[in-house]
Amino acid sequence: MSPGRPLRVLLAKLGLDSHTIGVTVIARALRDAGMEVIYSGLKQTPEMVVATAIQEGADVIGVSSLSAAHMHHIPRVVELLREEDAADTLVIAGGVIPEEDVRELQRRGVARVFTMGTETGAIVAYLKDWWESR
Amino acid sequence: MGESLTLRVRNGHVASGARLLGWLEDGDPRGAEALRALHPATGRSQVVGVTGPPGAGKSTLVDTLVAGWRARGLRVGVIAVDPTSPFSGGALLGDRVRMQRHATDRDVFIRSMATRGQLGGLARHTGEACAVLDAMGYERIAVETVGVGQDEIDVAALAHTTLVVCPPGAGDGIQAQKAGLLEVGDALVLNKADHPGADAAERDLRELLHLRGASPEGWQPRLFRTVASRGEGVAALLDAIEAHGRHLRETGGFARVNGRRARRALRERVLWRVEERLLERAQADPALGSLLERVADGSLDPYTAADHLLEAWIPTPHPDPE
Repeated sequence: MSPGRPLRVLLAKLGLDSHTIGVTVIARALRDAGMEVIYSGLKQTPEMVVATAIQEGADVIGVSSLSAAHMHHIPRVVELLREEDAADTLVIAGGVIPEEDVRELQRRGVARVFTMGTETGAIVAYLKDWWESR
Repeated sequence: MGESLTLRVRNGHVASGARLLGWLEDGDPRGAEALRALHPATGRSQVVGVTGPPGAGKSTLVDTLVAGWRARGLRVGVIAVDPTSPFSGGALLGDRVRMQRHATDRDVFIRSMATRGQLGGLARHTGEACAVLDAMGYERIAVETVGVGQDEIDVAALAHTTLVVCPPGAGDGIQAQKAGLLEVGDALVLNKADHPGADAAERDLRELLHLRGASPEGWQPRLFRTVASRGEGVAALLDAIEAHGRHLRETGGFARVNGRRARRALRERVLWRVEERLLERAQADPALGSLLERVADGSLDPYTAADHLLEAWIPTPHPDPE
């Protein structure tokens, strides 16, 4: 971990989807890579996610979405971060997200989208690289 | 920068408070600088420690306390501590899952802290984090410890009011007698009181309370049965927390706890900085390497080596020759 402290990552599930296995696996992988993972649970709104990230001093927000609502919710998180003067928070997303949506999400400020089947190691490596380049 | 940040913290600006908490946790010198400036604005909040074994329902109880305080018009801070993995240095901080209904309430500030190697049930900087929330104007601060065993009772030194949360079946009568944890509660909370074994647990805990008697200032700890997940019994507990706060203010206990916290902060600061300086010295000391080697290969015992190092770094003061 580069700047001499653990990276703080907020993991949240947006919208009504209630699949928790993916996010649990990722939470463990990030913890085992030395990160502090704040898990805020299911059925979060973009407003809850951003308020939580600010209170928690999160460097990264990881949004997991396995429902079709991602195109609505995830860009809203980015937007709210800008409004709250916290645009330096990295936003990444993961879940069942079609290719054309991935490009659109990235255009709207999501740094990286990990689609289904991504190895947790790839997420860890991506975050470590980002953290070291800070 | 520093001055305007402390001003924003005093005005309750959430992002500024959050940044300061990060500095304190990370040992950034700007954190200590800001605390210095904020010190006069602290000492008003009632800090309520919530401790107990894993699975007792601490987070759910804190969630309902927050709701109750909010219903009484109070601004609330929460510090929820979870353990750091000794293997990876990472942590899974999941207490706030139970508290997310308060996430967008501007008068509630919840912060998760990892222990980062600190023993005793709290993180190293939990006390300082309380000072920040205090300066931000939160009137009640709940500090939720990690799931503790019998003697991780640091929270009792930090909090004005300590709640010890016990689930039914946590142990038989003997267990209740010997547990140091149970001796620090200003109130005992038998949570999950709808579960089997609750009545037996209540008998044990009542007996313990009877043996303990009142504090020197005349506070008699009581037992509360709660089902936090349904909010049952929490109103009575809240009344008791408020009564305890008033009792402390009337008997001078409130100022005494603040004084104890300040003395502790002083002691901790000095020890951390001595440790820091010693480590710096050690790294710069060429004698250390060979000493470590000799300890490792068994040619020198660690006790003699420790004496050598301390004598070299912090010589024992000798009385002045006449």
